[in-house]
Amino acid sequence: MKQWLILAWRNIWRNKRRTLISAASVAFAVMFATSMSSLQKGGWDRMLNNVVHFYFGYGQIHAQGYWDEQTIDRSLELQPDTLAVLSAMIGNKPIVPRLESFALASTGPITMGVLVSGIDPSGEDSLTDLADRLVAGQYFTSQADDGVLVAEGIAEELELAVGDTLVLLSQGYHGVSAAGKYPITGLVSFGSPELNKLMVYMPLETAQYFFGAEGRATSLVLGLDNVKEAKAAVSLLRRQLDPAVYEVLDWEQLIPDLVQARGLDDAGNTIIILILYLIIAFGLFGTVLMMTKEREYEFGVLVAIGMRRRLLTGVVWVEIIFLAAVGALMGMALALPIVWYFHINPIVFTGEMAQAYEQYGVEPIIPTVVESWIFVKQALIIFGMASLMALYPWLKIRTLSPVQSMRH
Amino acid sequence: MAVILTRDLYKTYNPDTIPVHALNGVSLSIEEGEFTAIVGPSGSGKTTLLNILGGLDSPTSGYVEVGGTDISQLSENELIDFRKNHIGFVFQSYNLIPVLTAYENVEFVMLLQGRPEKERKERTEALLAAVGLADHMDRRPSQLSGGQQQRVAVARALAPRPSFILADEPTANLDSHTSANLLDIMGKLNHEEKVTFIFSTHDSRVIERAHRVVTVEDGVIISDEGMKR
Repeated sequence: MKQWLILAWRNIWRNKRRTLISAASVAFAVMFATSMSSLQKGGWDRMLNNVVHFYFGYGQIHAQGYWDEQTIDRSLELQPDTLAVLSAMIGNKPIVPRLESFALASTGPITMGVLVSGIDPSGEDSLTDLADRLVAGQYFTSQADDGVLVAEGIAEELELAVGDTLVLLSQGYHGVSAAGKYPITGLVSFGSPELNKLMVYMPLETAQYFFGAEGRATSLVLGLDNVKEAKAAVSLLRRQLDPAVYEVLDWEQLIPDLVQARGLDDAGNTIIILILYLIIAFGLFGTVLMMTKEREYEFGVLVAIGMRRRLLTGVVWVEIIFLAAVGALMGMALALPIVWYFHINPIVFTGEMAQAYEQYGVEPIIPTVVESWIFVKQALIIFGMASLMALYPWLKIRTLSPVQSMRH
Repeated sequence: MAVILTRDLYKTYNPDTIPVHALNGVSLSIEEGEFTAIVGPSGSGKTTLLNILGGLDSPTSGYVEVGGTDISQLSENELIDFRKNHIGFVFQSYNLIPVLTAYENVEFVMLLQGRPEKERKERTEALLAAVGLADHMDRRPSQLSGGQQQRVAVARALAPRPSFILADEPTANLDSHTSANLLDIMGKLNHEEKVTFIFSTHDSRVIERAHRVVTVEDGVIISDEGMKR
């Protein structure tokens, strides 16, 4: 086996210039595809992480039907031990309750729609690091604090600052009027511009009082750390909780629009990369074609002196794989520092570009991810492409007549 | 004992369009240890005959027995294995593998045979020494002269211990001195190791040294001068 590999390796260097040109074209494709995939995945991961980690969590429990019709009337009644029982089911991971509903926020003549989120201050902080998002003022100290935290986009729109009063008007549980004046104790800032113009936080008990929904919550957020944990916990809860009473959603069901948009973006990216690889494949095929044609005589001699066609095809296949592998390794070596650099120093868009991103609720910061799978995927594509290229010499060798070949 | 036996060999190219009759009933028997030259003008059918004897081509009709085996009955892979184990080839333009050294070229067919490394090494070194290239083992074909390349080709042909060697115009690309040297080596191997050589040639120097000269013209044997040893 070793000798055949040596033979294949030496064969690719028969024409050094041609091999280097072919390898360089593969290297360019791999470098481009790897960098582009890393950037794209990095951007999406960051966005999804923002949305999942800073707000939705990896899973939520609601009253059945709440997600389709998000009204406070479909809230859950919390018994004193509800959170402890649910937490025990998923390995004592925290369960963080929220009571949320939309309200009109106003100050003087300016009014805007906001999402009032009643939270357990310590639980929410451990889940979403909310306290770290404070840019002014202070975080809640207890469940019964009477102040609110306002996202800085709202504060800007309503021209409010810490210490000012925010007036909230809404419809509470079972149609009761919900109205109140709350001092602003802090301002919070989110990576997602959408959240920045939406969120008003108040302690859970204060929110329950505001909405007339004592002892109730609209959602219970699962304090899980990653997708894998989420999958297991959601599946366990679905098996154990009565589906007539509860619905358990994972993060993909909570943000289907984003998941779908990512799928579309992935598909677009895949098409671009496939076109790129197709162009490179034609170049590589040219090399394989020449390599096969100019060695037809030699193939005839090898079969004549007793080399089986299958072995000969195998050696030629290894040659093509080697050729592609040299290019792929070069491409990866070139891509790694690029990907690493933009992982440490993400691309930050400014000006109109940043505004365009923000309009779509996307943070205008795109880091790359350094994931071995992205590199391995390119290697597999190149391997598949090279194997496909080997069909031509295989066909030639299979039908080769030593006498005819040696006549050329 | 006959190493090769043919009976009424016919070979027609393009039978459905413009038929070319390359062989028209060739019957030939070659004994072990012969040093035979097949001669004839261009287009006489000698290369076709050599290709059929080497299992590289099949006759349109007739019978070919090599080493007691009817090679027309062999499958493609069996025929390749048969050539690998029983026939040594020396081509006009050497046809060494350019990326392998002289040593590796000679070892190549033994690798295909799956011979152990120790045996390969001993035989390769012995054969290269026999053809006077013991000092050139690590050179690639491009670093050898035409005569040296053809001597490596002879060593390669001998490596698998074949029943006979088919040499198609082996001296055609060599100067007279190199040709004489090569013929000396092949003659010595024939004489001392009883290796059977069958040449297709135009070269009078090869014909002079042959023990038997078979002349082919228009696809038939027109003369067969017996053993002159």
